[in-house]
Amino acid sequence: MALESIFREYSHSDAEHSDRSAGDRARHRQKVRESIRENIADIIAEESIIGKDRDRVIKVPLRGIKEYRFIYGENAPGAGQGQGDTSPGQVVGKTGKDGQGKGDGQAGDRPGIDYYETDVTLDELIEIMFEDLELPNLERRALRQIPSDRSFKRKGYRHVGIRVRLDKRRTARQRVMRILAARQRHEAERALEIAGADELQANAGGAEEQAEERRFPFHQDDLRYRHVETDTKEESNAVVMCIMDTSGSMDTMKKYLARSFFFMLYQFIATRYRNVEIVFIAHHTEAREVSEEEFFHKGEAGGTFISSGYLKALEIVNERYHPSLWNIYAFHCSDGDNFDSDNPAALKSAKELSELCNLFGYGEIKPLGSRYYESSMLNVFRRLEASNFHSVLIERKEDIWPSFKAFLAKDRVKE
Amino acid sequence: MANYELKDLVEWDARIRDKVAEFGLDCFTQEFELCDHFGMIGYMAYSGMPSHYPHWSYGKSYEKLKTLYDHGVSGLPYEMVINSDPALAYLMRDNTLLLQILTIAHVYGHNDFFKNNFTYRTTRASLTIELFKAHALRVRHYAEDPSIGVDKVEHVLDAAHALSWQCRRNLAIRKLSHNEQLERLVDAAHPKTDPFYRIHARPEVHEPDIHKVPVEPDEDLLLFIRDHNPFLAEWEKDLLTIVDEEAKYFLPMLETKIMNEGWASYWHKRIVESLNLEQGLHLEFIVRHNQVVRPIPGQINPYYLGFKIWEDIHRRHTNPTPEEIKRDGPPTKSGEAKIFEVRETERDSSFLRRFLTEELMREMDLFKYEARGDDLVVDKVSDEEGWREVKDTLIRNVGASSIPVIKVEDADFGQNRTLYLVHSHDGRDLQLEYGEKTLAYVARLWGREVVLETTLQGKRSLLCYNERGFSMRALK
Repeated sequence: MALESIFREYSHSDAEHSDRSAGDRARHRQKVRESIRENIADIIAEESIIGKDRDRVIKVPLRGIKEYRFIYGENAPGAGQGQGDTSPGQVVGKTGKDGQGKGDGQAGDRPGIDYYETDVTLDELIEIMFEDLELPNLERRALRQIPSDRSFKRKGYRHVGIRVRLDKRRTARQRVMRILAARQRHEAERALEIAGADELQANAGGAEEQAEERRFPFHQDDLRYRHVETDTKEESNAVVMCIMDTSGSMDTMKKYLARSFFFMLYQFIATRYRNVEIVFIAHHTEAREVSEEEFFHKGEAGGTFISSGYLKALEIVNERYHPSLWNIYAFHCSDGDNFDSDNPAALKSAKELSELCNLFGYGEIKPLGSRYYESSMLNVFRRLEASNFHSVLIERKEDIWPSFKAFLAKDRVKE
Repeated sequence: MANYELKDLVEWDARIRDKVAEFGLDCFTQEFELCDHFGMIGYMAYSGMPSHYPHWSYGKSYEKLKTLYDHGVSGLPYEMVINSDPALAYLMRDNTLLLQILTIAHVYGHNDFFKNNFTYRTTRASLTIELFKAHALRVRHYAEDPSIGVDKVEHVLDAAHALSWQCRRNLAIRKLSHNEQLERLVDAAHPKTDPFYRIHARPEVHEPDIHKVPVEPDEDLLLFIRDHNPFLAEWEKDLLTIVDEEAKYFLPMLETKIMNEGWASYWHKRIVESLNLEQGLHLEFIVRHNQVVRPIPGQINPYYLGFKIWEDIHRRHTNPTPEEIKRDGPPTKSGEAKIFEVRETERDSSFLRRFLTEELMREMDLFKYEARGDDLVVDKVSDEEGWREVKDTLIRNVGASSIPVIKVEDADFGQNRTLYLVHSHDGRDLQLEYGEKTLAYVARLWGREVVLETTLQGKRSLLCYNERGFSMRALK
């Protein structure tokens, strides 16, 4: 029997309408999201999110959706092909990515190769964090949308700019000035010409000149644009001072709680003020100003003087953020384990700080249960009499939102 | 856009089919379907099957393929053929005419291989499409059943997929039934008839344990669990059957990757060269062919390796060197007869074992590497001293040899219905994280404690998974 064959033409409509993998893809994405959500505490604890660009893409490890099989481990040797000059001892690659099974068409025949990470934007991550913290929808929106109503101030004129800012009057005046200048020059030239040449030529020259006078177009150099600067009014400045106790162990959960609290604080402040700066102060027995990365990653052993953090904050305020120009928001996270001898100093400096600040808060982060056998600063700060001071106890992630709201209710600037 | 029309393809296909017949390839009826890159990615995600049961892992594989393709990390294959009767092939419509000609010839190579290689005998090609369609229907039916639902189906499928390759390697060997295994056990226990029994001491007879399950260690993990876990519902058993049937359908492809791709490349070259293409097409052909069968430094390109070996077998039987005649004797068969014989009777491991010669290995500069710290370091090269080891390593990394052999030793360990598995250790340790997670899947399907005996860094060890989770201890 002779070999037969059949050809089926490509049909556009088929390809368009039979996206049969859609269901499986949706299910996969759902699993990715679930996986991120399960690990959100770890991710937020490790990622710098405060005051960062929302479109930044973050690599997130995926735990739930690897496809496991029995596979060989690292002591399994492999075989490869060289370029004719391979010799023993030569390094041919790195473990963990020996790039086998590259696009060779028959799926389903390679066990074990898997990818571990996915990309998410910071925005998605924050959305998942909000979900995890069970933020009400309305607040979620308020935190997400930073209003764009900025005021602008005119400041001089420029040669370049955008069309809408073209200043027609100045541009026209510029042209007139050029016409006058050009005429003066012509007259001077003509005076020279008349002296040397005969009249016929002078007449012809006059006709040319008349035509020129009729059409004197705008030149690029004539254009004038209004220059605008975004206005930074003094009362629109705010600074968020994040103070954290880095002594002892900040474990993942504590980091997550602290970071999400600071993050919401920053976002909230950013919705109200146009120019928001952020300062991170880490302290144990001494305080230092650090970057966000360091803030959440440096764990230092040793005791704790809470007053050191407040004094540092006071120092920074005095140097850079004068209370008459800046709205100051300070929040301190600690596990409450302060040296007893430092308590009076802490109380004193806290009082000073709360006088400078719009709002000053103290959050004691203690995973559930541990507060019964550890000392607490909450009792100490109860003696602090300031209307804009608020202390909260955060024991689990569900506490964050209520304590955040309670904290903001004390804001000195009422709308 | 493409520089041809469908009727051009039909014409070229007719010419290629003449050549196929002339060369003596023996193919199923061939169907070609033209598709775009979306279609191709879709087919790849589902292993080429026109219908397939749903599972999120296929969505994952689609996204991955698409990402790699969109970012230009990897291209798409020119074609995809599935082993069925009639054989089904997808051609990328955006390819040039020459690529289509090459691909069509290539497809007939695969087709012939599917029809004739012994490993594919068990796959019942005429029922392939129906089989996968029936699987899809059944799985969808369970997912839509209100008393089962998607989540439960996924729960079982996730676990079953993890074990799908833990099955018998050579399907051409019939698996003995329980009774046959018992018979063999009892026969083995009988003392041999001894002509001198009068003067010999009576041999000791060890009574075999005929109640042990399984009688002989069983490699078919999914089927064993299906048949020996009395608490599985019928639909769960059916899912295990489905996953096992699919794995066994794909196993031959895994086992003959190098031979199959080499064979198809070998024949597309011979067929296209015999077509007497005009110069422009011929030059493009040379470029494309060399792209397909190019060596990839640091890796093994199955197309290249297979292609070289097939050419070498043919050459050694038509035009052997004097040394080869001295070593192997004069060829007894023509090159043509030999390669057709080999394509029928070998799979990758035996193919490499028998036909990958020392000279060829040296020419291709094959080497063996090992992990040292973070680096992969060349350990042995194909010189006089090292080539055997390189070859052994290569063979252990092809086909099913790259999957650990794990057998069920006892289904009622400690009279506790604990499943006792043994990993046949061959010098390569299991990857522990994967081992732990996969063992959890075994426990999920078995419904009781499972224990895996293996060797880790030279020590016999037991990996356990029970209701308290994973644990590990060294064996004395």
